[in-house]
Amino acid sequence: MEKTVALELKNITKTFGEVVANKNVDLELYRGEILSLLGENGSGKTTLMNMICGIYFPDEGEIFVGGEEAVIRSPKDAFALKIGMIHQHFKLVDIFTAADNVILGEHMPRYSVKEEGKKAIAAANGFKPVKPAEKILWGLKLGLKLSALPFIKIGKKIKFDYLAKSRTRKITEISSRYGFDIDLKKKIYDMSVSEKQTVEIIKVLYRGAEILILDEPTAVLTPQEIDKLFAILRRMRDDGKSIIIITHKLNEVMAISDRVAVLRKGEHIATVNTAETDEKALTEMMVGKKIDLNIERAEPNDVKDRLTVRNLTVINRDGMKALDDVSFTARSGEILGIAGIAGSGQRELLEAIAGLQKTAGGDILYFDPNKEDAEVDLMQKTPVEIRDLGVRLSFVPEDRLGMGLVGNMDLVDNMMLRSYTKGRFVFVDRKNPKELAEHIVHDLEVVTPGVRTPVRKLSGGNVQKVLVGREIAAAPTVLMAAYPVRGLDINSSYTIYHLLNQQKEKGVAVIYVGEDLDVLIDLCDRILVLCAGKVSGIVDGRGAKKEDIGLLMTKLTGKEADGETKEAAL
Amino acid sequence: MFLTFLKNAIRFSTIFLFGSTGETITEKSGHLNLGTPGIMCMGALGGCVGESLYLKSIGGDYAAIDGFSAVVIGILFAMLFAGLGGLIYGFLTITLRCNQNVSGLAITTFGAGVTNFFINYVDRNGFNYLAAKFTAPVSQANDWFSTIFLSHGALVYLAIVLALVVAFIMKKTRTGLNLTAIGENPATADAAGINVTGYKYVSCVLGSGISGIGGLFYIMDYLYGSWEYSIDAMGWLAVALVIFSVWKPNWGILGSILFGALYILPYYTNFSFAIQEIIKMIPYAVTIIVLIITSIINRRESQPPAALGLSYFREER
Repeated sequence: MEKTVALELKNITKTFGEVVANKNVDLELYRGEILSLLGENGSGKTTLMNMICGIYFPDEGEIFVGGEEAVIRSPKDAFALKIGMIHQHFKLVDIFTAADNVILGEHMPRYSVKEEGKKAIAAANGFKPVKPAEKILWGLKLGLKLSALPFIKIGKKIKFDYLAKSRTRKITEISSRYGFDIDLKKKIYDMSVSEKQTVEIIKVLYRGAEILILDEPTAVLTPQEIDKLFAILRRMRDDGKSIIIITHKLNEVMAISDRVAVLRKGEHIATVNTAETDEKALTEMMVGKKIDLNIERAEPNDVKDRLTVRNLTVINRDGMKALDDVSFTARSGEILGIAGIAGSGQRELLEAIAGLQKTAGGDILYFDPNKEDAEVDLMQKTPVEIRDLGVRLSFVPEDRLGMGLVGNMDLVDNMMLRSYTKGRFVFVDRKNPKELAEHIVHDLEVVTPGVRTPVRKLSGGNVQKVLVGREIAAAPTVLMAAYPVRGLDINSSYTIYHLLNQQKEKGVAVIYVGEDLDVLIDLCDRILVLCAGKVSGIVDGRGAKKEDIGLLMTKLTGKEADGETKEAAL
Repeated sequence: MFLTFLKNAIRFSTIFLFGSTGETITEKSGHLNLGTPGIMCMGALGGCVGESLYLKSIGGDYAAIDGFSAVVIGILFAMLFAGLGGLIYGFLTITLRCNQNVSGLAITTFGAGVTNFFINYVDRNGFNYLAAKFTAPVSQANDWFSTIFLSHGALVYLAIVLALVVAFIMKKTRTGLNLTAIGENPATADAAGINVTGYKYVSCVLGSGISGIGGLFYIMDYLYGSWEYSIDAMGWLAVALVIFSVWKPNWGILGSILFGALYILPYYTNFSFAIQEIIKMIPYAVTIIVLIITSIINRRESQPPAALGLSYFREER
């Protein structure tokens, strides 16, 4: 088949502040093909796609649609160029039916009174009247016709505005053409995730999209639903549509796509034909070569089991298993890294341990260092109950200003979030928190005008230092940190690594959730890899290979790794 | 006796119906306009200003009052003044994204204050002649049907027709669909290419304008052209009626009649003062019960618009 280019990106660069999201990316998409966009978290896939569909505007570079240069400034422009994107978070109105969601915001076909009038005059000019009576009649007819035009427009407008029963007809055509299995009269709030996704796809097709971009469409689907989706995508491809699918899962890449484009740290590494490559080669392209970071790592000493998680299962709000049968042990004097693609259950795992997440089954056991053989069950306990049990658990959440600190309060008040129950009678103790805040500012070199400055005014790195400082000051026995260096510059990141290492040397069991594999390998003693809520392996931080972890994250050699896991756990 | 009671209940309900129909339009766009009482006051003021100007233009000749012009001028001026209140509210909450509750309450105090101040400067001589035009019944027949349904002035029917039209637009047209989408999920509506800000402004101004007619009705029809500083109390009941009618103006017709009946019931009974005051409280209590019932049933359609009270800012993702 003759290949025609549907979309071409040339030299696209996009930066957010100092962070380079995309750098000189070139990409081609042909008509009637499925292109997979592969890359780690933060490799710039979604940013790149957002530039195609008008959410961001590139700093540099050109976009060509159908061979012509296109300027896409808003989602509307993208629609006009027949580009449609299906986001990870659906944009649907819950109380509407599927059909209403599809037609929402549709504009009336253009009807201009002026142009229609010109047309009518042109048509009338073809007729040459001879008799004067006919001439008058002719003039009268034309005049009537012209004066009726505004009313026709109003009529059309009313007809368009009125939602007749026939509103589902065109949608039914589309859905039967591609084999969608959906009840158009069903309300969105009654729908499963997969049905909602179908509505999103129909919506984009209804708007006449020729280029479809799907952002991680399979992340929320069951295997059967994925098969169904793929069948539909293939049918759309055969119909001449071009599809870009963003995904982390290598087996899906191999199954669905014609070509694969790999992005790494914002740069386009290569585009290969799926038939000519294999999963191993793709992983290597995706993770790249190991970079040495020179993070000091002490040998763990006096290693004891501190926290054991057994068969933990968590069901999320959509009724899916966010964590499935997760078991591991965190030991004192050790940093346990948790790797995995974003949304593989890291958040749920930490929150379940911290007592913020409802669990469906399993055990979380804590071993008190001061009492021999004393087990404390942390299951289904609230954070306050956990604290009252004497468990010194510190949690640095992913969402710093949402869960960790209160943005509008100053440093001292934020310190008090952990000590507000202390003090005499009804009066709170402000003296100690103030000292603590000053201490943190001094020791961790927090750049702030003073301890009375609202934390929201500090930069990301300083906010993180305040949060980590507060959590460490509680002298924890277990310290959990989720993406503590996200958005931080190199120096602040190293400060945080150093703090974590200090805690490890003090005999704290540190759990570190990170996204950068280089850091995980250099910092952690053991690395637990999560994949879709399951433990796909636990590897030793020393001597771990980036490619192996990459494969575990995308669940390839799951069985081999399982064997190692058991050995490591024993 | 009972017929008169029913008749007056329907008549009194018109105040609430105008108020709640307007407020429903505003709330459907995601804006909780607690300024409705003040806006109804402003509507009443506007109506009085308009009528006063009208009387001046015909030279104070009360015999020459034309019923149609009098009513239309009253409505237009009421909508203009109330719409202005709505515009202020819209500017505060849509463009400046202020807190809606605070802005609404500010509009209530502002509207009531402005009205109570300026009404003293409006020449209200001859308003009783005008009121006769407002209250002119459709039929003067004495049978029960005519007494209950045909003995009212034009505004009563206008309120019912407006409520039905708004209900129809909400349910059956794209305009209603788009407006509901904005109230439910403005980001989605924006992504679908709907002019969110435009819709919000139109619904705030138009909704307030309709609410304002309620104030006009209270003065010109119910009070026969005399003045009383109690419009804002009606306004709060109108806001309560929106909840009672679960954001459906057609249900609001029945709800308003119930509210009206309960409000005037004390005057038709021989209860003690205490009991009478308790009866007057019933509409508020009923509203609370409706809120409880709808939240227990938890049917998604009878919940308030999901984005009610929240400002929409496109860049915020």
